[in-house]
Amino acid sequence: MAGIGHPVAEGNGRGYLAERGWRSWAFTLDHKRIGAMYLWSTIFFFLVGGVFALLLRLELLSPQTRYFSNHAYNVFFTLHGAMMIFLFIIPAIPSGLGNFFIPLHVGARDVAFPRLNLASYWVFVAGFLVIIGSLVAPMDTGWTFYTPYSAKSAAAVTTLSLGLFLIGMSSILTGLNFIVTIHKLRAPGMTWHRMPLFIWGMYATSIIQVIATPVVGVTFLLLAAERLLGVGFYDPAKGGDPVLFQHFFWFYSHPVVYVMILPAMGIISEVIPVFSRKPIFGYKAIAYSSLAIAFIGFLVWGHHMFTSGMSPLANAIFSFLTFFVAVPTAVKVFNWIATLYKGSITFESPMLYALTFIFLFAVGGLTGPFLGALATNVQLHDTYFVVAHFHYTMMGGTVMGFFAGLHYWFPKMTGKMLNEKIARLAWALVFIGFNVTFFTMFIVGTRGMPRRYAEYIPKFHTENVISTIGSAVLAVGILVMCWNFLQGLRKGAPAPADPWRALSLEWRAASPPETENFHEIPVVTEWPYSYGTPKS
Amino acid sequence: MSGTSTEHHDPAVAFESAKLGLWTFLATEVLLFGALFTAYTVFRMKYPELFRVEHAKLDRVLGAVNTVVLITSSFTVVLGVDAIKRGKTRLLEVCYGATILLAAVFLCVKYVEYAAKFHHGLYPRTNLFFSLYFVMTGLHGIHVLLGMGLLSYVIVLSRRGRLSASYYTPAEMSGLYWHFVDLVWIYLFPLLYLLG
Repeated sequence: MAGIGHPVAEGNGRGYLAERGWRSWAFTLDHKRIGAMYLWSTIFFFLVGGVFALLLRLELLSPQTRYFSNHAYNVFFTLHGAMMIFLFIIPAIPSGLGNFFIPLHVGARDVAFPRLNLASYWVFVAGFLVIIGSLVAPMDTGWTFYTPYSAKSAAAVTTLSLGLFLIGMSSILTGLNFIVTIHKLRAPGMTWHRMPLFIWGMYATSIIQVIATPVVGVTFLLLAAERLLGVGFYDPAKGGDPVLFQHFFWFYSHPVVYVMILPAMGIISEVIPVFSRKPIFGYKAIAYSSLAIAFIGFLVWGHHMFTSGMSPLANAIFSFLTFFVAVPTAVKVFNWIATLYKGSITFESPMLYALTFIFLFAVGGLTGPFLGALATNVQLHDTYFVVAHFHYTMMGGTVMGFFAGLHYWFPKMTGKMLNEKIARLAWALVFIGFNVTFFTMFIVGTRGMPRRYAEYIPKFHTENVISTIGSAVLAVGILVMCWNFLQGLRKGAPAPADPWRALSLEWRAASPPETENFHEIPVVTEWPYSYGTPKS
Repeated sequence: MSGTSTEHHDPAVAFESAKLGLWTFLATEVLLFGALFTAYTVFRMKYPELFRVEHAKLDRVLGAVNTVVLITSSFTVVLGVDAIKRGKTRLLEVCYGATILLAAVFLCVKYVEYAAKFHHGLYPRTNLFFSLYFVMTGLHGIHVLLGMGLLSYVIVLSRRGRLSASYYTPAEMSGLYWHFVDLVWIYLFPLLYLLG
């Protein structure tokens, strides 16, 4: 694109990382440093949440409770879910990689409101500290906090609600910042249809964050008010309705799965053309399908409540809309495959994770209609089939997209190259471990094993042992990947400005980028996907 | 679509950005109150009799007085923004000071109302109507407090000579926010006090 014929900026090796000392991080207004702080934080929460998952799998080695009490098991799956959702998967790509790369992608020196950006990080940390406070009486409600149990549980629900309110506020501020940045700070010539598809994904994501998050914020406030003031919105004894809580909760928590997946899809749209050396196929279809997913995603929350006693008419409408949201999702997948078709594909680690995304997300996506259809939903509701479906979309989808992004952008963020051999080894372990862990859950789910119990009937024993072995392989793979990251940081070879021969603007900045990103704001003359043409 | 910028610190871009940012924030606020309005609608349809009986226990006169107070405060904000656009910082400070005063009157009246309700044994836990009443007006009251803080900050900025006819973004933004706070009350008053 604009880089053609111009010298690409060479890094001096330190770039935005030059300044040292904790103050230079804690008070930084640099979007790259704030993004890096988010990445460190969220990866930490990912590992802690993963430990809880391993404890769950450990307990499920035997049909009877062996290692933990039922209460401890409830606490573990609650903390696993809540940490992974609220502290890792929602902020990881938007606040971490998004913060780092949105200004670089659109050709700006920073986000629109750098101070607000820093504030949103510290609000996030404050929320996390409040959540730590709630561990004096740890949550045992599941990550959905359904009433009436959450209104009566002895756990520190009120504290946790306030913590999550702060996390939500941080999410809103970040989304707001990105919307304004994308609207107002694009480099000259960067028209909407020349933006990288990661930006389209992040734009749709930010809209959901801004519009859906306040609803869950007020839901948590009302839950706290129910416990503190005796307000009765969710309490049938006072004329309230527990299903109202579910409506409020899912009005946020369904759209938020698109907050999780849309940025990952954006990363895939960047990685696939680079490693296929082909222009992205169906640019506009991919771009607008992000907006379509964000829009339709607001209208499907009821499909979490098919067994909660909604009217048959409401069930039918939500079911139809749920099928409808699959359309723009499939549009993306077909366009990625069309991009791969007859490309010069190479299998560097970012590409391996991107292809894994397509494969696993297709499995996760195609098991969705079984849950969206009313009759099969009643059969599969609250079984391990749902757990498997969710992990295939969220871990197989979002987390693989996140890993693709981490490997793709590692040279840019750190100025160092990763050891590619170890990265591929880690990928193989993650791929095998993931499928062994979660595919078995589809099987036990269809045969009726319910989720969220520490015990199960003996006939599911073999599958659960296989699943636990898979989870150990998966954990080893992730540890190898993290070790590779640390090794790369310590002694990786210096990275050139554009190691993947990619064309979007971040590769025109130095590796790592200077604090002001670009010496001169670039002038954009075409889209960033002219791969495989004589020019590139 | 909208224009692109060459430089981050272009004041025109900064103003446009602040404006877009604030409107986006107001969209968030609409959804925050939206959930409560939804709860109101659901329970009102379910228990029309409860709402008919209970709403009569609210003091319509005080509610109406507060409505007038808030609408007047929006007017003083408009005068303040108009003043700073013409470079009159002193007038801006007077107008925003008057707005803060009116907001304080609003909260005092609210205090009198709450105290009377508690005196009659009406609490958030009493029934769904009073749950809604206290939660909705309470959340609105918090917004009034936040708005007072923002307006005070604008006065501080103005006294330090930071605002002028060419730079008045904080004044305009806090004014916009204040109109939103006012608007929420315009919906709350009839829904809670008047509709039987």
